[in-house]
Amino acid sequence: MKTKILLVLALLLPLMAIANEGVELDHAPIDPSNQASLQRGAKVFVNYCLNCHSAAYMRYNRLQDIGLTDAQIKSNLMFAGEKVGDTMTVTIQKADAKAWFGATPPDLSVEARARGADWLYSYLRGFYRDDTRPTGWNNVVYDKVAMPHVLWSLQGEQVLKIDEKTESHQLVLAKQGSMTPAEYDETIADLVNYLVFMAEPFKERDKNLGLLVLAFLGLLFVLTYYLKKEFWKDIH
Amino acid sequence: MANNKLQQAATNLLGWVDERFPLTSNVKAHLTEYYAPKNFNFWYFFGSLALLVLVLQILTGIFLTMNYKPDASLAFASVEYIMRDVSWGRLIRYMHSTGASMFFVVVYLHMFRGLIYGSYRTPRELIWLFGVGIFLVLMGEAFFGYLLPWGQMSYWGAQVIINLFTSIPFIGPDISLWLRGDYTVSDATLNRFFAFHVIALPLVLLGLVVAHLIALHEAGSNNPDGVEIKKHKDPKTKIPLDGIPFHPYYTVKDLVGVSVFLIVFSAIIFFAPEMGGYFLEANNFIPADPLKTPPHIAPVWYFTPYYSILRAVPPILNSQFPGVAAMGLSVVSFAFLPWLDRSPVKSIRYRGTLYKKWLAAFVVSFLILGYLGTEPSNVWGQFSPETWIVGGADRATVVARVFSLVYFSFFALMPWYTKKDKTKPVPERVTA
Repeated sequence: MKTKILLVLALLLPLMAIANEGVELDHAPIDPSNQASLQRGAKVFVNYCLNCHSAAYMRYNRLQDIGLTDAQIKSNLMFAGEKVGDTMTVTIQKADAKAWFGATPPDLSVEARARGADWLYSYLRGFYRDDTRPTGWNNVVYDKVAMPHVLWSLQGEQVLKIDEKTESHQLVLAKQGSMTPAEYDETIADLVNYLVFMAEPFKERDKNLGLLVLAFLGLLFVLTYYLKKEFWKDIH
Repeated sequence: MANNKLQQAATNLLGWVDERFPLTSNVKAHLTEYYAPKNFNFWYFFGSLALLVLVLQILTGIFLTMNYKPDASLAFASVEYIMRDVSWGRLIRYMHSTGASMFFVVVYLHMFRGLIYGSYRTPRELIWLFGVGIFLVLMGEAFFGYLLPWGQMSYWGAQVIINLFTSIPFIGPDISLWLRGDYTVSDATLNRFFAFHVIALPLVLLGLVVAHLIALHEAGSNNPDGVEIKKHKDPKTKIPLDGIPFHPYYTVKDLVGVSVFLIVFSAIIFFAPEMGGYFLEANNFIPADPLKTPPHIAPVWYFTPYYSILRAVPPILNSQFPGVAAMGLSVVSFAFLPWLDRSPVKSIRYRGTLYKKWLAAFVVSFLILGYLGTEPSNVWGQFSPETWIVGGADRATVVARVFSLVYFSFFALMPWYTKKDKTKPVPERVTA
């Protein structure tokens, strides 16, 4: 009977394999326990993203979870006189955004859960110059994306080199921005780290609670196991 | 002295209640003097676990309902509100979403137990039919509930499933319209699905669970040997010789099962609530958008075997109805088992190899169809155009067709192979 159970489990394994489609994504080197990285990411987020994109389910004071005080949040990350308990909304009108960019910038509260960290990390590093697009930018991960390259002054300008013979596509930095490629990658990792945190702010904290719960249930198991043994000792 | 008085008062109170409500007799009939076979094994944990998950779903559901807004413009945000601003809301929500999947895990294992030990055979046909009813209602409950978060998968999943009804000849389009309450899935649909999910189906479900248990306690539990313990009773006490009172023996044993289950359940809730996209799909974190169809729409894992069968059946005369009918039949087939099985024995322990092979083929089909249902039909690419018969077809579709045939053959050929199968002698009493 035991081997049969194992067999069933083995057959279930392919169900757990995750589908892989489209472009090969780069692995996002993020560390949810690195508060300095999360704080740097939050700074990039409010300065560059939170003008067109809202994070309407995220409250500013939730940033306490990445080690900031209310005073620090207010003086460094809030610019329009909001209250620290407010959510991260933007003043851009949806209709205006649609007219300007051709698409409404999506709310980013849970974007990391919809796209995944690797997608975001590859996407934010995947912009290249493309004169056929209205904004002058295109993206290797998201073809014909409506968003222009907002971080271009940091990264500089990439172009897509296509080798006709081998059909290989390669992004090449044509004009460097204010950061070196390594610095830019690190900044994007911080930003993605923050986006992942924002999508599920309690996740890391709940893991500690989870360990406690499992420890309790482990004890409960030992207790119930011996209780059963005691009750059943006269059954043969 | 005080103790005696207290005891006397308790006895008096119980007597008072018993004259007005059959309390003691019911506790005896269903717990302390309900005699279950003493040889239950691993597979017998899943009935009580299903009951546990049902209670968990109802309790967490009550608290979710307090904060959820069944309104197309508010639903998605209210779920995030529960996740972020409601005290412990995220855990309540994860318990509910994980509970939905775990409900199907334990119910599938519970049904598999029924298959291997012949728990659907005489005199337990009604227990089995009530159980199939529970399974069907559970599927409805899961389907209606999945729309409520109002994400892209919620929306388009509901759109696809309701559109299936459109393919029913003559009355199909009207049925779809009637179910949706609109020409597309909309606020009206969300409201009625909410009503079905929180009150209509749970009421039916509870009724069926009670019927399932009453029927079980009337006929008595089956066991891994598939022998009737009522055949051998103590001549004096009339208690089955191989039976032990459900309480305390199986209540304490089930507590062990509950502990292990809760460990698995909590590990998922705290460390992997999405289960790699199988319990909570990534696309469902994008709010429903009626104008943007996701490139790949797949139902949640517990529906995928039937969804695979739906896709595997080719349209006939430009109608998808045969596929829809096959999908319906694949679920309902379970109800016919008591009358399809002609074997003289119940338990797999005393059946021959023929049945074992068919059962293994069925399980493999179920799992492969389940996997294929989560993927687009071109997941394994196409056969080269020169291939005999299947040239140019999607490999996965052809595989799904083969295993759909195996799936239905398991049921359709059962009267033949269970009768033909060489069985072993069944013992008079249960074995250890």
